[in-house]
Amino acid sequence: MADKSRRAFMGKVLGATAGVGAVASLYAMKRTWDPLPSVISAGFTTVDLSPLEAGKLSVIKWRGKPVFLLKHTSDITTDEARDIVIGEDRYTVVIGLCTHLGCIPEWRENDKIFHCACHGGQYDPHARQTFGPPPRPLDIPPFSISGKTITLGDEGPEYKKMLTMA
Amino acid sequence: MAHFPKAHGVGEWLDHRLNITALKKVMMTEYWIPKDINFLWAMGMILAFTFKILLISGIFLLMYYKPDVNAAFDSVNYTIMQEVGYGWLFRHIHAVGASVIFLVIYIHMFTGIYYGSYKKGREMIWLSGMLLLILFSAEAFSGYMLPWGQMSYWAAYVITNIFGGIPLIGDELVVWIRGNFYVADATLTRFFMLHVLLVPLAIMGGIAFHFYTLRIPHVNNQTGEDIDFGKEAEKYKENPKRSKIIPFWPVFMAKDVFVLSVFLLFFFYLVFYNYGFAMDPVNFDPANGLKTPAHIYPEWYFLWSYEVLRGFFFDIGPLKAADIGLLAFGFAQAILLFMPWLDRSPTVAPANQRPYFRYWFWIMIVVLIVLTIYGKLPPTGTNAWIGFASSIAFIVMFAILPVITEKEARTVAGGKK
Amino acid sequence: MKELKILAVIVVFTGITYWGVEPLAHSIFHPHVAPADFKFADLDRFEAEGTVANGKSQVEMNCIACHGIESEGIVAPMDKQTANMSYGVVPPDLSLAGAIYDETFLAGFIKNPAKATKTEHKFTGGKMHPMPGYDWMSNEDIASIIAYLKEVSTKKLEKEALELKAEMNSTQDSTEQEAIKKAAEKAHRKEVFENACGRCHDMKYAKIEATSDVSNYMGSTPPDLSMMIIARGEKYLTTFINDPQKHLHGTAMPRVGLNENAQKAVIKYMEETGDSKKEEREALAPWVLGFLGIMVILSFLWKKEVWSEVK
Repeated sequence: MADKSRRAFMGKVLGATAGVGAVASLYAMKRTWDPLPSVISAGFTTVDLSPLEAGKLSVIKWRGKPVFLLKHTSDITTDEARDIVIGEDRYTVVIGLCTHLGCIPEWRENDKIFHCACHGGQYDPHARQTFGPPPRPLDIPPFSISGKTITLGDEGPEYKKMLTMA
Repeated sequence: MAHFPKAHGVGEWLDHRLNITALKKVMMTEYWIPKDINFLWAMGMILAFTFKILLISGIFLLMYYKPDVNAAFDSVNYTIMQEVGYGWLFRHIHAVGASVIFLVIYIHMFTGIYYGSYKKGREMIWLSGMLLLILFSAEAFSGYMLPWGQMSYWAAYVITNIFGGIPLIGDELVVWIRGNFYVADATLTRFFMLHVLLVPLAIMGGIAFHFYTLRIPHVNNQTGEDIDFGKEAEKYKENPKRSKIIPFWPVFMAKDVFVLSVFLLFFFYLVFYNYGFAMDPVNFDPANGLKTPAHIYPEWYFLWSYEVLRGFFFDIGPLKAADIGLLAFGFAQAILLFMPWLDRSPTVAPANQRPYFRYWFWIMIVVLIVLTIYGKLPPTGTNAWIGFASSIAFIVMFAILPVITEKEARTVAGGKK
Repeated sequence: MKELKILAVIVVFTGITYWGVEPLAHSIFHPHVAPADFKFADLDRFEAEGTVANGKSQVEMNCIACHGIESEGIVAPMDKQTANMSYGVVPPDLSLAGAIYDETFLAGFIKNPAKATKTEHKFTGGKMHPMPGYDWMSNEDIASIIAYLKEVSTKKLEKEALELKAEMNSTQDSTEQEAIKKAAEKAHRKEVFENACGRCHDMKYAKIEATSDVSNYMGSTPPDLSMMIIARGEKYLTTFINDPQKHLHGTAMPRVGLNENAQKAVIKYMEETGDSKKEEREALAPWVLGFLGIMVILSFLWKKEVWSEVK
């Protein structure tokens, strides 16, 4: 009797230990699929906003997505929840993928709208949807401000403040 | 060690060591199949053969394909399509095979549903079959990414994005699956591994298991008759014409080979003359993460579930449209697994001989075809509403299945009294 | 009979699905557009007689400051790199212009390039087309320029035809002659392609690299054309090259004004590059299908034989 329970106990200990080993190796396997350090560091892009020309759109690539950088002209209204303010200047910084189906809208300088050719969605200069199928404004990427440059991918205090206002 | 007498000839020599004769009996000449079947019973062999075609053509493509975002597109479209001897042929075969195998899978599945071949005793056949459907879907999706064209890229983008809808871990899960913040080289190389190694291995195991599940409950027949295979086997040995069963080899296979030949004629017609449906023209534009194609859609065999995913395009109360879509999509993926338990009627019979189920079956086919067609069309205007209505219809159909089959079971039992 | 009925049901349902996801869907994705217009009816036509001699002096006065005419021994004043940097695009050599561009288009183009190419929307806010418009020029002079360009091209093509004939006569073997002829025809298609498309577009699989980098003044990098024949198909290309705005409203791609023959040559060349195994595919198909047809018959007979024992 004693022997049997001893054997069962030994069996359980063996099984449990093997189980720990299996879980540990699963963790090692999971880690191989994590983004590589080089990929993570490439996920932060720093841009100097000062050379931008007001009213002209520039597009940069961040994490494989287009990011729109637009310095506002004086006739564009202010929008505290979405404008990035650096000194006197206000900027729209958004991921340039239509929130409807992910096409890339174009900036129509004369009409001051973003227009998406795929299904006719439109956004105002703050990238808030004004017409068509888009369900929400263009997304604002995480950013932090330092001097006249912003770092995309880094969640700075200004970005966190924006999240609470949205 | 066992005693090995001197063998006369190679066959006997092998027989002593591997027991070939007994194996042949078990697997072929005394593996019994009902005689009352039609050509739909050949779909299993057609699937096995098409998988073999995919495996072989895949091996030849693998020798020139380069899993690297900078080289993949050209290795397929230049090296394989224009340079390698008959490279184009292997690619056409592989692409068309991948598409057509789903047509046959669906026919095979609905044959099972029509004849009630998933009922009591045969549940494991159904479940292992559904497991194979899931594996083949994974195989198709991972393979579609490899040519690294626009559709490869954006299908990968949209489908991996779906995981972002899972609460709490969604965003991180998407990055983990992709190995990057967007669909990139790491994504391509890991899906390449899945496509050429892990998933095919699992499929081969799945096929063996699926065959094995047939062993004990035996294959169903055209009327659903419960055959006593032991008794019929005795009868067959006396007079094959009087028995209700036939051996797998050569009788069953003789029919299969004929159906297979007809299928191959159709298959190679597609390979040579009508391959566009399996090789989307948009995918001959190189992948570009900064330029979305005007229309994004999966391959035809995923359209019905894709349509269920996007069919819910407006928020209901606190639920966001995307979340409802995701729930419905999850439902659509999982519900088919439960078919043996959703059908509450114990009668094994063709759908057309069942008073309520017959309507359910044909309506279901129509709903799936509508979902498939509208899954490809742009989801605007009326299309969005048709998509919505058919998604609802799909869910309702499965919700009422237990009710109507329960009722059917009572009617049939009542009728018998 | 029952089996045929089942087959019919499957064929009908499969057919409906196929129709929905292929012909129907594609007709919605690519709405029908008017057929290609090789008359360029939207441009002004004018009746004016020109002379080759006048054309020659007009070209010497107005064109060769930027363009070369290689077949006439007129070398472009700038090498390609410098030209690309100064103008944003390499001015084309005019040796073949008279043969591949439509007359009405050429006249319209000389007068107002942005209008003829339908790219006026790209030249707003003070931006100018790299080629200045000659709307001040008399119709007679423009007609003369075109007459001269046609003369130049005809001379070039006649010379090439003679060279080809000489080369073909160098051998008695008729298959070799055929090969020489085919190669010459393909070379011609390549030349037309390079003239019409190759200044802006790469075609990697034919080892053609764009001579100009037009991304600055056109706003986007023109795509590589290697696989376009499959990505877009012949039907789309026929209307698209003839008038890009028809399919892609607002695109930076100019209408290049090819005449019907030149456009056919361009599309054929794209097919030779992107679908180079088409001939092999079409030649192999009947053999494979015929073989399988025999297999169908043999397997049917075998099935009947085996089943006669059990039925």
